[in-house]
Amino acid sequence: MKQGDVWFKGFIFAFAASIPLILFSLVGVLLFWAWPAIRHFGWGFIIGTAWDPLADNYGALPFIYGTVMSSLIALVIAVPLGLGCAIFISEVYKSKFREYVAVMVELLAAIPSVVYGLWGIFVLAPFSANYLQPMLKGLFGFLPLFQGPSSGPSLLTGGIILAIMILPTITALSREVLQAVPYSLRESAMALGATRWETFKLAVFGPASSGIIGAVILGLGRALGETMAVTMVIGNRPQISGSLFAPAYSLSAVIANEFAEAVTELNLSVLIELALILLVITIVVNGLARYLVWQTTIKN
Amino acid sequence: MPLIAVISYVFFKGIGAFSFDFFTQLPMPVGDPGGGMANAIVGTFILVGLACLVGLPIGIFGGIWLAQYGSGKRGFFIRYSADVLSSLPSIVIGIFAYVLIVATMKRFSAIAGGFALGIIMIPVVTRTTEEMVKMVPRTLYEAGLALGLPEWKVALRIVFRTAWNGIFTGVILAVARIMGETAPLIFTAFNTMYWNLQIDQPMASMTVQIYNYAISPFDEWHAKAWAGSLTIILIVFLITVVVRKYSKRVYYG
Repeated sequence: MKQGDVWFKGFIFAFAASIPLILFSLVGVLLFWAWPAIRHFGWGFIIGTAWDPLADNYGALPFIYGTVMSSLIALVIAVPLGLGCAIFISEVYKSKFREYVAVMVELLAAIPSVVYGLWGIFVLAPFSANYLQPMLKGLFGFLPLFQGPSSGPSLLTGGIILAIMILPTITALSREVLQAVPYSLRESAMALGATRWETFKLAVFGPASSGIIGAVILGLGRALGETMAVTMVIGNRPQISGSLFAPAYSLSAVIANEFAEAVTELNLSVLIELALILLVITIVVNGLARYLVWQTTIKN
Repeated sequence: MPLIAVISYVFFKGIGAFSFDFFTQLPMPVGDPGGGMANAIVGTFILVGLACLVGLPIGIFGGIWLAQYGSGKRGFFIRYSADVLSSLPSIVIGIFAYVLIVATMKRFSAIAGGFALGIIMIPVVTRTTEEMVKMVPRTLYEAGLALGLPEWKVALRIVFRTAWNGIFTGVILAVARIMGETAPLIFTAFNTMYWNLQIDQPMASMTVQIYNYAISPFDEWHAKAWAGSLTIILIVFLITVVVRKYSKRVYYG
């Protein structure tokens, strides 16, 4: 190898190698700064429910609850819709519509989350409080989930806005997975005399299912880390309530709201520990999703 | 459906607050008529420029390395780290920038904001560069080597130049994406109501401005927030559409 090549290779390798370096230093730096809080509160921090910055008394459970619950609501709404849309595009209606949806998905993904939040505050939250929540109360009022006074900014509203935001992700990815299923599989099922629905159920959905689960989990990962829109509509009250209509708080929202004005050293450290918890949750969820999607696409 | 609902609503709310002043004036205190977010519009572009300084070299050179030499264990590891980095919530990256830069400089600054946005860019740019470089036919590379050129010249002069159109598309899409980021800017670039062109000072950005206006109790500011939203959506859509069209022409014609 020539001298210039050695230099060039080393030069660009330095840039490539800085990617894992950034990742490790990020985790390391956050750990270092969160250490006082970790040492001060131990494991009790994760199950604690107090939140009183003035008395330096903190617990993370309400935020973990808000983050997980709002994301789950988002999944309950977005999965049937997204999956239905993906199946429709890849199995039923296969012509030009596909490109339209691709463009739409891209545009939806390009809208900044702060704009979703703005729309959430002024359109979705009043709608949720005045129409949706009374309706749900009428239909399912016997469940504790749907009791209590309605309020615009609430866990439910946060979940709905998240559902709108992750819908394109789920639709696009599950469409890709469905289309990765080889056509010969469908043809052989058809040749055996299966109806269209049976063909889909046996020959397409089976092989694609782990990839679809992966797509759903990837959507979940998005929802967990999403900040602005949730901050603006979730109500920002650190409490755990049995009702979906009550205001809640999420990990990312509390960081966004309180980070710039942390009063004490310990307060700052606690907020960074919350960020670490969020980081761990998203890394685990995304790792799982990638593994599943990867498995399907490699197999085919 | 939700797309149409959100966009049309933003459009109708935003267009009403549009005016010449909106693009040329500073924000006004509540009660005073007029005012705009000119400083925030400029600030957004400066922040994106700073982000490119961080994100582009690492993304592009890293991507070339991955495509050319990244088939072994090291390549797998780096690719994997890029994937993990791209899945991190942007607010966590914002905290990283805060701790590294804001805490040491003891004040909010555009540098910290640009740094955070740059890190968000890196995985996107890396992966598109890698894909695009890999799409360049191997024969082109071999032809260059056969002419007696050193490997690095072939990589830069032939392979990189051929892949450039695709890479450029990826870069622009990454820029469009970070333009809409808010969370990492709230506690890095912070915000300001005044003109600021110094990058070691707090800097306004459209998204943070929209956020501040949106959670304020004043109707006038809400109108400004809608107008700001419309502006940023139009910019991002314009970028996306133009780049898509342009890149299609490159690929097929």
